[in-house]
Amino acid sequence: MIMELLPAIARGVGLTLYVTGASLLFGGIIGLVLVGAVRSPVAIVRAIATLYINIVRVIPPITWLFLIYFGLPQYALRLSTIQAAIIGFSIIASAFMAEIYRSGLLSIPDGQREAAHALGLSAVTTVGHIITPQAFRVALPAIATYGIGLLKDSALASTIGVREITYYAQQSAKQTHEGLLSFIVAGALYIVISLVVALVSRQVDLRLRRKIGVA
Amino acid sequence: MDMLTQWIGWLPNLAPGLLVSLQLTGLSLLFGFPLGLLFAVMAAAKFPPLQWVSFFFVEIGRGLPALVLLYLMYFSLPDAGITLTSLTTAIIALTWNTGAYASEYFRAGLAAVPLGQKEAALTSGLRGWTGFRIVILPQALRISTPPLAGLAVLVFQGSALAFVIAVPELMSKGFEIASITFEYLSVYLLTAVIYGSLTLVFLGLVRVLELRLGRHLQRN
Repeated sequence: MIMELLPAIARGVGLTLYVTGASLLFGGIIGLVLVGAVRSPVAIVRAIATLYINIVRVIPPITWLFLIYFGLPQYALRLSTIQAAIIGFSIIASAFMAEIYRSGLLSIPDGQREAAHALGLSAVTTVGHIITPQAFRVALPAIATYGIGLLKDSALASTIGVREITYYAQQSAKQTHEGLLSFIVAGALYIVISLVVALVSRQVDLRLRRKIGVA
Repeated sequence: MDMLTQWIGWLPNLAPGLLVSLQLTGLSLLFGFPLGLLFAVMAAAKFPPLQWVSFFFVEIGRGLPALVLLYLMYFSLPDAGITLTSLTTAIIALTWNTGAYASEYFRAGLAAVPLGQKEAALTSGLRGWTGFRIVILPQALRISTPPLAGLAVLVFQGSALAFVIAVPELMSKGFEIASITFEYLSVYLLTAVIYGSLTLVFLGLVRVLELRLGRHLQRN
């Protein structure tokens, strides 16, 4: 039975990875803008960014997806299920990524910025070559953990009809009446993907540590 | 303004859903937290099989998406001859999920109690369970409380998932209204506002709790 279920459900792995990866990418980019806005010298920009982050975080992901997939077409654009899922998860990821970047930046001592200033480096060089590389290294484990969380959240995309792992598992459960086995297979797929992500991120982390020369 | 009158009209229909959401959250926490503590204690046990059992349940509860856990229960329990209401099924799935995450916080709390406390308890003649209950546990609980309160807020948000197995909670009620009135945007905005404002209230309570628990530390 597993031999039949596995290929049927594994068809969804591609879309699960696609939705997760695209959302993490877009969320990561919007998150950069957000963290810049949160640290902006202009009070109103700071207020808007903080408000955005808080609003995004207090609304459950499933409510976001429904708002975007069912709510938006009523007045504006019609979205495919995949587009709606990616937009929804990008919005959610942006708020969490902004928080991760912020804690990464906070871990960089002020002395680094002062030292760069004393050396006569421009603001752009300081951010690009001094602050970002160090902050990224600190933030990497948190980004990987969040990525795994987002992978699990992406199962929600099945509720609006994205054909990813959980969607196919549900199909198999209904068609074959092997509910337990279908979702064990789906669960195993999620765990395997999470493990691979965790192992890769740990390798990258170790390599970065060695490169920078900290224990 | 138009939307506001709509919202006021829908509130009576959504209120029972919100009650179910809160019930689902409350019961999952009520069963999930003790389960988490049990997992944490088992993980620290000297008897290896207990550690394995704890590891198995914690890793599945944390490693699977909550949605998959819900479906797993929903589709497999009836096959095993167990027929439960969808609400009970959701409570079991969310309890497992909550317990798995909570066990990590309990474990961190237990690990944060200095070894000297245990030695001091032993020296005072408080051995085994008694020492654990009177000396170690209260200190560990104080450390674990803030993250657990944060988890409680997440469980409330997670309760919206029960929608997929037709538990009549807030999201389902919203879906019902939306499919009758076709006012999707407006209905889901209202549910978002309800979830959001309640989450804010809970987060505020967590802040107060954190301050209160840290009070004795601020004084010195």
